[in-house]
Amino acid sequence: MKVLEVRNLKKRYDSNEIIKGISFEMEKGETVVVIGPSGTGKSTMLMCINRLIEPDEGKIFLNGEEITGSKHPEIFRQRIGMVFQEFNLFNHLTVLDNVRIGPIKVKKLPKDIATKVAIENLKKVGLESRMNAYPAQLSGGQKQRVGIARALAMEPQLILFDEPTSALDPELVGEVLEVIKKLAREGMTMLIVTHELGFARDVADRIIFMENGEIIEQGGPEILANPLKERTKQFLAKFREGR
Amino acid sequence: MDLLSILQVLLKGTLITAELAVISFAMAFVIAIPFSLGQVYGNIPIKIITTSYERIIRGVPLLVVMFIIFFGFPSIGIRFDPFTASVLSLGICSSAYQSQIFRGSLLSVPNGQIMAGQSLGMKGTQIFIHITLPQAIRFSIAPLTNEFTIVLKDTSFAYALGVTELLREGTYIISTTYEPLLIYLLCAAIYFIITFSTNSIVRRVEKRFAIHGFEFRGERA
Ligand SMILES: Nc1ncnc2c1ncn2[C@@H]1O[C@H](COP(=O)(O)OP(=O)(O)OP(=O)(O)O)[C@@H](O)[C@H]1O
Ligand SMILES: [Mg+2]
Repeated sequence: MKVLEVRNLKKRYDSNEIIKGISFEMEKGETVVVIGPSGTGKSTMLMCINRLIEPDEGKIFLNGEEITGSKHPEIFRQRIGMVFQEFNLFNHLTVLDNVRIGPIKVKKLPKDIATKVAIENLKKVGLESRMNAYPAQLSGGQKQRVGIARALAMEPQLILFDEPTSALDPELVGEVLEVIKKLAREGMTMLIVTHELGFARDVADRIIFMENGEIIEQGGPEILANPLKERTKQFLAKFREGR
Repeated sequence: MDLLSILQVLLKGTLITAELAVISFAMAFVIAIPFSLGQVYGNIPIKIITTSYERIIRGVPLLVVMFIIFFGFPSIGIRFDPFTASVLSLGICSSAYQSQIFRGSLLSVPNGQIMAGQSLGMKGTQIFIHITLPQAIRFSIAPLTNEFTIVLKDTSFAYALGVTELLREGTYIISTTYEPLLIYLLCAAIYFIITFSTNSIVRRVEKRFAIHGFEFRGERA
């Protein structure tokens, strides 16, 4: 069974079509990396998947159940983790509370069990020693690792990453990418938007190149070295220059 | 009149002043909460109504509101004693400012955190209770304290309706002692002491409940 199935997804703002009919599927345990120029609709597509943005057309299925059209998107959101570029931690809560608030309030786990789950996941991202800190006391890399632990604590069937390292100082990018690589090895199903091409090559089972709301090309990580389509070539060339 | 009996009379006025301030501030608080919720979360008609209320009230001077309620309303058969009319006027005016404070505080909670709450599967009310409200309350403490001191000082307008608050008691004393400078300076000192101590108490409470990285009045906790 496919973990995620996106069929002909469309989104427009006014008359501006941002997502122009995107279709793809994800197998369990697969890591798919989405690359593409700025303003192409990558974030919009991710947020359509857990319906933080309401799609206009198309169908999305999580493990065979249709997300689109459900009156209760929050039921699906519990099962889809999301990691944000700007971390979006809850500033008034400690690291531990950030991570266990989902299990307690959404999954209604008893507090002691939720705490155990939270600490396990903080260990996984290497931050159990910081569990009593507040977000403002953490570095960017640490914040993002808490963001990942918060998503993991819900035991999601799929995690969406929207440029998880774009807001980080260069020296902090590595620690976050390491955590994501570890999750990939452990068989987590992940859809990752990133501009880190080296990381994409290492971690991706599949790469999707997106431009102007469409998938231009997709394939194994080898397409980064040998893209078939002219647009992909241009993007990658420009990208390497820019670095 | 000796100083002790002067102070006794002023203290009597101070109590009325404090009563005016506390009751009208509390009344304004109760009005402001639903209005600010309406401004932030309401549908379009509710937003229009609540926002117009805020804008209109903020645009009318307190003394004019007092005169409308105390002198104007009797002609449509609604009569209030001076104290009640003062409380209503102070409360209505402050409610507009307080609703502006709450609206700002609610909107200061970053939208990204709301999305993060949604992405965990939290429902709107859960996000409001566990994410938005706790942070909005912290954001609103400093401006609310400021608003309280403004209401406290504005109670002196109740003088105009004949309420025997601090300023009027002071004026009564002057009519027998002929010492306007001394007495009005004493009144000023009393207003100052109350506002100053309110501010420092709240500041201490704030410090106690401060969270690392949350800024209050430009100071880091
Ligand atoms: N609420 C909105 N209303 C109107 N237009 C929007 C809205 N949100 C996004 N857009 C537009 O949709 C397009 C795609 O935006 P999106 O953020 O999905 O791009 P992106 O691929 O994630 O870009 P980036 O790499 O910069 O993050 C942009 O042109 C943006 O201006
Ligand atoms: Mg984006």
